[in-house]
Amino acid sequence: MPTLISHGRIEAQDKWTLLKEATDPDVLQVVQGKNLILPLQFWKTYRQEADDYSGDIALWLDSHEYVNDIGPALHDFPLIALNFPVFADGRAYTNARELREQLKYEGQIRAIGDVLRDQIYYMSRCGFDAFALRHDQDPEACLAAFNDFNTGYQASIADPLPLFRRR
Amino acid sequence: MYNYDQYDHQMLADRVAQFRDQTDRYLGGKLSDAEFLPLRLQNGLYIQRMAPMLRIAVPYGMLSAKQLRKLGQIAREFDKGYGHFTTRQNIQFNWPALEDVPDILAHLAEVEMHAIQTSGNCIRNTTTDQFAGVAADEIEDSRPWCEIIRQWSTFHPEFAYLPRKFKIAVCGTRVDQAATQVHDIGIYMKRNSQGDIGFRILAGGGLGRTPVIGEEIFEFVDKPHLLTALESIMRVYNRLGRRDNKYKARIKILVKETGVQEFQRLVLAEWDKIKDGPQTLTDAEIERCKGFFTDPAYENLPDSPAALTTRLETNILFKNWVDQNVRPHRKAGYAIVTVCFKETGVAPGDITDTQLDYLADLAEQFSYSEVRVTHHQNVVLADVRQDQLYDLWRQLEKQSLASCNLGLLTDIICCPGGDFCALANAKSIPIAESIQRQFPDFDELRDLGDLRINISGCMNACGHHHVGNIGILGVDKKGEEFYQVTLGGSSRNEASIGKVIGPAFSQHEIPDVVTRIVDVYRANRQQGEEFIDTYRRIGMKPFKEKVYANIN
Repeated sequence: MPTLISHGRIEAQDKWTLLKEATDPDVLQVVQGKNLILPLQFWKTYRQEADDYSGDIALWLDSHEYVNDIGPALHDFPLIALNFPVFADGRAYTNARELREQLKYEGQIRAIGDVLRDQIYYMSRCGFDAFALRHDQDPEACLAAFNDFNTGYQASIADPLPLFRRR
Repeated sequence: MYNYDQYDHQMLADRVAQFRDQTDRYLGGKLSDAEFLPLRLQNGLYIQRMAPMLRIAVPYGMLSAKQLRKLGQIAREFDKGYGHFTTRQNIQFNWPALEDVPDILAHLAEVEMHAIQTSGNCIRNTTTDQFAGVAADEIEDSRPWCEIIRQWSTFHPEFAYLPRKFKIAVCGTRVDQAATQVHDIGIYMKRNSQGDIGFRILAGGGLGRTPVIGEEIFEFVDKPHLLTALESIMRVYNRLGRRDNKYKARIKILVKETGVQEFQRLVLAEWDKIKDGPQTLTDAEIERCKGFFTDPAYENLPDSPAALTTRLETNILFKNWVDQNVRPHRKAGYAIVTVCFKETGVAPGDITDTQLDYLADLAEQFSYSEVRVTHHQNVVLADVRQDQLYDLWRQLEKQSLASCNLGLLTDIICCPGGDFCALANAKSIPIAESIQRQFPDFDELRDLGDLRINISGCMNACGHHHVGNIGILGVDKKGEEFYQVTLGGSSRNEASIGKVIGPAFSQHEIPDVVTRIVDVYRANRQQGEEFIDTYRRIGMKPFKEKVYANIN
């Protein structure tokens, strides 16, 4: 289990279980009684089975997938996880901003995969509010990342106005 | 020039602290090479053949005297006493120690400088015309717009991990001096039919392995919408740009593979969502940024004062220098001077710590304490009184900086090449020098006129060889260094990409090859034709025949 940071603190528990790979709907029978983060494509293929699942359902998207493809059901999900296959793949930053700014998504946006201390600050500015850290990351050091900068030039989720409208 | 307020200073201080911590963790073994790589690159730090190389940002080429002295100090204390002006108007140091870099950045922050995003897969330093604000043919001063773009692109959280590097140029003059069309985004200031000034925006230009001229994405964008227009291009690129192959990752490939029309449709769909949002520029912000680029306290002076004209009549060396290196200024009694750093035997763009200090003195004495770096790796004093040109020239002479080959064949653009750069296939500096030695005669150079030779040591094209009238590219053939020659490139308004003349040459053949090319031009030119005009009229064939005739 990766350490989870959300809302600026280290969480002792995580109610969610990530199904990183799932292709067979029978898996939903096997993992009863949990709250699952399902792959987008799996959910699209087996929507009925997912709707019937006993626990809560959330989705995760890989970096090549596009948040607009979730469709109107988006706002039913309490959490959307965006995967970083490698930390240098920056597509999820755009997905996170689209979720917050265009789609007005208000649930948790969780960074999963190659989530490292030195990218957390930019992730948080793009709308991520939860971070499932890669196993080798020092959670305390990652908490410090939120204070890397006092402010930025651009608009961000916390500061919806760019600096030129604030200075 | 732009002055930092408390926000800019705070961000810079935060950045220095952040990089100090990252460097400590790297040196302490807590950060892997791969993870440190983009962090150091986004602070301008490469690990090179000899030592690390630190590239310092010079936003749109402007430097104050104070900043020049600081660069001189850094050259002395942290390097071997010299720096190198790049083709992106930046300056780089080739010998700093990794563990010193946080201290160097702290020194730079004292004078409102940094190395932010001078490398890495992010938005790089925005470049523009070196004569912005003083050029006689200007539509509007591009520098406030460059500063607005600099702030928008600095620490942009969404675009720090793009598929590849991303370069933006802005051109505010009628004659393009900024090679605007070969940038990932090229912005031309223009007047629309109602007489309003706005922006024409191209995307998908670039040099490198696959040189491409940019395609028009926005025919006209009103000023307040500049940033949202740029952001919509960036967003489409960040989402769809190829990440499977480093050599196909630039936006030019995306535009090509998607098709211009479809790419434009995607951008406009994105723009539709964010246009008129909070990033729409306010009049107050535009005025604030323009306020940093007002005219200095010019005096009312006559053009062509006697102090200038008498010297021109009596001193032929001074006259040569004025003819070649001095341009008309939009203000009467003033002139634009370019100090050419292309003395034969000195690597193009290299500048010593003493010269940096000396330039600072000259800037204070002659040009309101400011200079500009050009993408041709020279330095401009933009506001020199015409009656002081002779004094300035005398002082430049003492420092061997009065070279008057500006814009001529020996004013070569050249990357550091295999002598310094880990990426290079071949050396480039000795090639530049061998060509310069082949053409020692100033009258001959003057007669050949405007003729651009650009040299790159590898496909990455830092020396912009594709847009040289004569381009020279270092290639590796089974471990040996060879040089491919292209003709017909240009980075001016009628931009074009050079074509390969034929099989590559060895190093010692190059000076003779250049001579033969020049001979064909001389034999065929018509009245008033520059090299590029003659080439465009007569084509490659006569050049090819001459160059490969009995070559040995």
